[in-house]
Amino acid sequence: MADVAIPAQPGMIGTQAAPRREVQIIPMQGLPIVGIVLAALVAAIAGNWLWALDFFHVVGGGLWTGIDLFVGLVVGPILGRMSIPARQEFAAQFMPKMLLIMPTLVIATLASGFQLARHLNVLAVSYPQHWWITGSFIVVGVMAVIALGFLEPANLAVLFEMRKPQPNGMLIGRLMKRFAYTAGITGVMQLATLIIMTRIATW
Amino acid sequence: MVNTQQPLEPSRPPVVAVAVVSMILVVAGGIYTAAYLPHTAPLTPTVILVLLSIGGLAVNAVTLMRLQNFAWDRFFQVGRWALLAYLVIAGMLEYIFIVDGMSGNLLLLFTLMLAIYAVDVPLLLAYSVARYQAVET
Repeated sequence: MADVAIPAQPGMIGTQAAPRREVQIIPMQGLPIVGIVLAALVAAIAGNWLWALDFFHVVGGGLWTGIDLFVGLVVGPILGRMSIPARQEFAAQFMPKMLLIMPTLVIATLASGFQLARHLNVLAVSYPQHWWITGSFIVVGVMAVIALGFLEPANLAVLFEMRKPQPNGMLIGRLMKRFAYTAGITGVMQLATLIIMTRIATW
Repeated sequence: MVNTQQPLEPSRPPVVAVAVVSMILVVAGGIYTAAYLPHTAPLTPTVILVLLSIGGLAVNAVTLMRLQNFAWDRFFQVGRWALLAYLVIAGMLEYIFIVDGMSGNLLLLFTLMLAIYAVDVPLLLAYSVARYQAVET
């Protein structure tokens, strides 16, 4: 999707209008990196390499959890207190990158995690111990619904609104608040992920 | 300039709510079935959840077809790119199921659930963007 220049907001930086900025929907320069990560993930799964699967799961999961916690509990509340032009400025720089980073981290973590669980025979444990596994499915499922149903649509709608010649500030403010709230909820849910995963890893 | 006086959006049918419910049903089906792994779950509850989810998608398809004054160009622009992205993700998950030796009715059900996911999410994203866009005449 093409970049579109948006007019700078007068008075945002000093007394001079800031230079015109490009609102990107998808940062195209990041796509080759995503392609390499996904190709490496497929190779790890096809080869069933324990180290590679562990790497993808630990690194992907650590980054996913860390970013969710940081965005949800640190960036989100700050964002909620910023002025609408400041939120716009931040969103124009931040959200396109999140559109590439988060789905890549999520698919890498989940795909390698499922394979790892099969490789290590973790899925074979019986109930009630198996509830830890089922609990992780439930937490991931709830986070997926929140992220795909509310967070990502709000993220995308904000970016498209900012491409308009006259963006609707109230709409952007409302969508950004939704982004901040849902990011906060997934951030808190990631604490449950940490508890479950550290428990499973120390059986 | 940021316009803070515009109305937020015109009144629209609950496409987002139906899409989210459809997603919840398919995720619930996936969790229920996966909770039995490495054994096979009784498939009837999953089949019911998948059918209800397909019903939600069908309701949304009909609702969308009846929409007037809607930014279809933007809907299809976002929808086709999102569809491509989510087909790649769904394809990777399908690949894992096949690599793991899943077969028969279970594979068919998981494939259906992935197909619903790969259509439902792009529809949700495309609608969420297009609903706020001006209609080109």
